[in-house]
Amino acid sequence: MKKKAIKIIVALLLYVFAMLVKLENVWINNGIFIISYFIVGWEILKKAIRNILRGKVLDENFLMSVATIGAFGIGEFPEAVAVMLFYQIGELFQSYAVDRSRKSIANLMDIRPDYANVYRKDGIEKVNPEEVNMGERIVVKPGEKIPLDGCIVEGKTSLDTKALTGESMPRDVKEGDDVLSGCINLNGVIKIEVKKEYGESTVSKILDLVENASSKKSKSENFITKFARYYTPIVVGIAVILAIIPPLVLLEANFSEWLYRALSFLVVSCPCALVISIPLSFFGGIGGASKMGVLVKGSNYLEALSNTEIVVFDKTGTLTKGIFEVQKVKAIDMTEQELLKIAAYAEHYSNHPISLSIQRAYQQEIDEKQIENYKELPGFGIVTKIEGREILIGNEKWMQERQIIFEKGDEVGTILYVAIEDKYAGYIVIADQIKEDAKKTVEELKKNRIKQTIMLTGDRKEVGECVAKQIGIDKTYTELLPVDKVKKVEELLKQKSAKGKIVFVGDGINDAPVLTLADIGIAMGALGADSAIEAADVVIMTDEPYKIVKSIKLARKTMKIVKENITFAIFIKVLVLILTAFGLSTMWEAVFADVGVSIIAIINALRSLRVKNI
Amino acid sequence: MKMNIKFKIKGLDCANCAAELERKIQKIEGVTKVSISFMAEKMEVECDADSLEKIKKTIKKEEPDVSIDKI
Repeated sequence: MKKKAIKIIVALLLYVFAMLVKLENVWINNGIFIISYFIVGWEILKKAIRNILRGKVLDENFLMSVATIGAFGIGEFPEAVAVMLFYQIGELFQSYAVDRSRKSIANLMDIRPDYANVYRKDGIEKVNPEEVNMGERIVVKPGEKIPLDGCIVEGKTSLDTKALTGESMPRDVKEGDDVLSGCINLNGVIKIEVKKEYGESTVSKILDLVENASSKKSKSENFITKFARYYTPIVVGIAVILAIIPPLVLLEANFSEWLYRALSFLVVSCPCALVISIPLSFFGGIGGASKMGVLVKGSNYLEALSNTEIVVFDKTGTLTKGIFEVQKVKAIDMTEQELLKIAAYAEHYSNHPISLSIQRAYQQEIDEKQIENYKELPGFGIVTKIEGREILIGNEKWMQERQIIFEKGDEVGTILYVAIEDKYAGYIVIADQIKEDAKKTVEELKKNRIKQTIMLTGDRKEVGECVAKQIGIDKTYTELLPVDKVKKVEELLKQKSAKGKIVFVGDGINDAPVLTLADIGIAMGALGADSAIEAADVVIMTDEPYKIVKSIKLARKTMKIVKENITFAIFIKVLVLILTAFGLSTMWEAVFADVGVSIIAIINALRSLRVKNI
Repeated sequence: MKMNIKFKIKGLDCANCAAELERKIQKIEGVTKVSISFMAEKMEVECDADSLEKIKKTIKKEEPDVSIDKI
């Protein structure tokens, strides 16, 4: 590329010199033009000849060679050189742009670990990650990438997960935590027990996905390659007609004048620059998405995403956290903290998820000596003695069974009632928490012209409808079995408009059939969930539903760029062709319609890589 | 037996040449599907085992500067 740039600069200097100085001796002046031409165009001429010999005409090298040699033939020296010169500048710019966006995406996906430091018989060995077996222990120093998925057995550190999740905040991890390959260890030395072999580790799954992304092409890409296929022969055909027919038919026609017009046609007939700006835009869009921690499996999905009409959400794990937490404590004649303490003590020996969420809410040490006569009655609750007082804790039935007068809570979720010495003391509500950005997601989707948001859940009617109301979802279907979810999505697919697309968002756990069935299946929080990565078309690495909004916005931005480029390029090319046919424009406009248009389209296409303001 | 193979394809000049090459390979007997991505420098083909040689020949003929490597 550097060599090419130097050639262009030298040729350009010679060209400018010949244009400005205008030597007395026309022969010398034209000589300089010709030297400049050969410096910059020799390669093109060579390729053109080679391709003709292989029976490949109408390629860009051939077209440019004919156009420029023809221009020399009719004595238009400056034009001839300019066409070649600017064509080469355009080519250089194009390869620069392609290179740059390839590199920036390669950097983005630079998560492949080069080695693993594994503990073997003779101490630490540096090996290829593929050679490490499950159960072996590896050590990761600050600045190194975690090569394989595993669990920390010693040490603590902060991890940079940016390449995987798009999240810039480091994640703190300690002994006992699971870590994923592809994260960068920031400050501490950690020892990891390997849980998955390299081929099964997160990093290979993601690389696999990214590497396969591009083979699925969008309609726009297919359109433009098809367009180019007919465009070039048609324009060249017209050029031939222009060069032959008018001079024969029209009496006052000047042959070289018509030849000039025909040659200008050839300059505009090059399809390459037009074709490159479209895949470049999609490539940038997919790259931009992975910058935000969203993996899109092909440009066709990006295109489809821009036409989203209905977004269907799964509830648990998608809009809610899937983690049960204490939502409310209602205490009678004591503080909330006191009631929580009693509940935490009473539930201390239970390992039911409900009990665990109470322990989490209480957060303090339990003094086991205070708990006596613990007894669990399945289906009801617990009876135990704490600090000498008898505590009852459990569901409604438990209170009724013990004939305690209590106040029934009307909150949604699981309600635990507490009684002390047979006297009602209050209740605690435990429920799945709605994600912080769930409401904002639904609001923004509506602002962005999504017609309908729907929630599907296997959960009870009251719970589902309450969650839907809080988030602002349009329609909810509750108490569904996995099969029912498939049926619902099938119905929706029949209802939607022809062009509109249905997006299904799930966490990938047991909703794989629906992910595949919907026009676009989005898996959320997929970091570490292999089945989701495989079943979905779009993978959101973190568990923020708001990224759906961002992805749709990015898809629309990319499609806007694509449409702008297609209409702009075709419009200018056709316009210049028409003007040229009537002799109203010169070869200079033709150069603009070829090189100028492609440079503008490429600059526009590169915008799709930028996602900061989405 | 159809097989699905992926290649790294390097040295293509432009997106149009990629599309052109894709069309030529598509016409080869035994090739059911082919997709060349100019930007990602990747080619994915679904073909009979014995048409692989023909594909390589076609590439050599159409684009002598292009090299392919199985991924």
